[in-house]
Amino acid sequence: MNKVKSINKKDLLGLKDLSLSEIKLILRTARSMKEVAARPIPKVPTLLGKHIITLFYEPSTRTRTSFNMAAKILSANITNVAISSSSVVKGENLIDTIRNLEVMGVDAIIIRHPMAGAPLLASKNSKSSIINAGDGFNEHPTQGLLDIFTMQEKKGNLRGKKVLIVGDISHSRVARSNIWGLTQLGAKVVVVGPPTMIPKGIEKMGVSVSYDLDKEIEDADFINMLRIQKERQGKSLFPSIEEYAKLYGLNSERMKKAKPDIVVMHPGPINRGVEMTSEIADGPYNVILDQVTNGVAVRAALLFLLLGGKSSQD
Amino acid sequence: MASLLIKNGRVVDPSLNLDAKRDILIEDGKIKKIGARVFSRRCSRQVGRGAEVIDAKGRLVLPGLIDMHVHLRDPGRPDKETIASGTRAAALGGFTSVCCMANTDPAIDTPAVVKYVRNKAETCGVVNVFPIAAVTRGLKGEALAEMGLMLEEGAIAFSDDGNPIMQADVMRRALEYARQFGVPIISHCEDKNLTAEGAMNESALSTQVGLPGTPSLSESVMVSRDIMLAREFGKVHIAHVSSAASVDLIRQAKRKKIPITVETCPHYFTLTEEAVADYDTNAKVNPPLKTKADLKAIIKGLADGTIDAIATDHAPHNIEEKNVEFNLAASGMVGLETALALVLTYLVDTKALSLKKAVEKLTSAPAKILGLNKGSLKAGSDADVIIVDPKEPWTVDTSKFASKSKNSPFNGLKLKGRVLCTIVGGKVVVRDGKLLV
Repeated sequence: MNKVKSINKKDLLGLKDLSLSEIKLILRTARSMKEVAARPIPKVPTLLGKHIITLFYEPSTRTRTSFNMAAKILSANITNVAISSSSVVKGENLIDTIRNLEVMGVDAIIIRHPMAGAPLLASKNSKSSIINAGDGFNEHPTQGLLDIFTMQEKKGNLRGKKVLIVGDISHSRVARSNIWGLTQLGAKVVVVGPPTMIPKGIEKMGVSVSYDLDKEIEDADFINMLRIQKERQGKSLFPSIEEYAKLYGLNSERMKKAKPDIVVMHPGPINRGVEMTSEIADGPYNVILDQVTNGVAVRAALLFLLLGGKSSQD
Repeated sequence: MASLLIKNGRVVDPSLNLDAKRDILIEDGKIKKIGARVFSRRCSRQVGRGAEVIDAKGRLVLPGLIDMHVHLRDPGRPDKETIASGTRAAALGGFTSVCCMANTDPAIDTPAVVKYVRNKAETCGVVNVFPIAAVTRGLKGEALAEMGLMLEEGAIAFSDDGNPIMQADVMRRALEYARQFGVPIISHCEDKNLTAEGAMNESALSTQVGLPGTPSLSESVMVSRDIMLAREFGKVHIAHVSSAASVDLIRQAKRKKIPITVETCPHYFTLTEEAVADYDTNAKVNPPLKTKADLKAIIKGLADGTIDAIATDHAPHNIEEKNVEFNLAASGMVGLETALALVLTYLVDTKALSLKKAVEKLTSAPAKILGLNKGSLKAGSDADVIIVDPKEPWTVDTSKFASKSKNSPFNGLKLKGRVLCTIVGGKVVVRDGKLLV
């Protein structure tokens, strides 16, 4: 396969839009970035003078901080626009906000938005690079990439590996980005959750569907536990947290059925006692904190490739 | 009024079961005569005294089209459309009569607002405007509006279109009450609870693009309720049918002689949900565009008579309400200026419908459903006539629309069937495809 040396794109809107070789390039570059991040002085001048803005219409700790760290490693300037104090609360629409930020001389806008397609709308109205940090139920591409990066770190080539994604698939952009990426890399993805949380036609994305976690966990290599939004309980998706935890949560009893080297993941923040018990969350199988560390490397790689890099260091 | 002679055209009038070369003489706003070679040279010379002659050789001559479902946004949203602009869009599209829905601001839910619409149409409109008044006050689905008094002011049917009447008991009382007037209730079939936050059709595609989906059931569940209500209480007209399941239900109901009639819209036989795959808000519409299988079922329903009429659901929205996040964008598309060409290109050219059948769904069928004395070229009728070039392809250019709104997903599409001339009550309002008024 011919290796690509750069990403010939203005934006990163989703893993759906990336080719296999582009995904591999980002992952390769992230390995170099992880090495940079581990240096005593974790800083390179690659993006010196570049201006990046984070524009978050939804709360975030991990993703926003991670992008900030990544930008700083590359010596870029980064400004965080907090929506609660911005003119959006005065009724400014997305396109106007984007255009105003752009004319200030911004190279990239990292956007998180509660509605699918908002980053695309921003992209169509902007010359700056748009990086999707999560849009509605659509995609969270950097989360998908850092999950895949972490999986490869643990088990190498993902071809043929069985990955369970468990939880509210319908309302999960993390699930979708994982699926787009993992299926390209040849992993066998099974989505697991109550039928009310499995969206229509998801099989067409190349995954299989199961309602039986006990069965699926037996030969799984990875299990990615999605965060359950407690506010959805008692509506129509599921009757109670207790019932959900019993049927789809990870506990030590259920873990006994898994292969000894299963890798447990979670995009955070964890609801302890819901998606997993504290025993599991703090236990030996999980890579949840590795995911967070790797998030910085993956995001640095992406900023580098979109804003400065002509090639990766390999 | 001067007389007008349309010569040599291929006249297609389903109400007369006619598809043949005919001449039509218009006098005093009425069809005076229609016939083959009734106007010999001598005769022509007689009527020709002071008469204008239009040679329609190679053209189609049709009864003026009737759009039984438009939103003119008047009163309330003159930035989107007015009766003046909407009726001009209608004239350019070959519609000589439009029936405007009640979801204006204020709603057409009192005799005074019906009167306003009629007066405004009289003074500013260029085609016939028939107001459809609200079923319930404020379109809230609760208390009945003054149907009888609104009929006296010129309302021709009732609908809360835009909003479904969610409560079955309210719909029941509305149907029962409307029986005394013999006019239909037009139902926007949608179960709001099933729709929830839905922004497009719920499907593998909505899953892939991450938009909240509206299940197809949202429509068919209500169609099924309304069929049951119609069986007991009479006449329901179902607006903008979009799904295969609904077509099936309606076909069965019609077999059982349940008194329902149905319309669909051009976008349901030309587009599928794929049109919103790139979050194109111009293709966001309610009910949402569905799958290829639904589209085929709609065409089959049109062909076998399950679907009686074609209406546009012309829904003008300004760019501010469309150029936003998909979830936030207003639903609906303008349709008056593309409908006939879409019918000719996608139904007639493809041989899904005969020309006569297609014209019926745009003329005599809606006239019959609504009890309008329109949609026919029979001698003595109002002289609402259009002349269409069926062959020359043209490209949709929304910037040239007479409608104030440009929210069409068909911009840039090449279509066949251009309206050259629109005559309303004997008056030429469009000539050579251009407005004269």
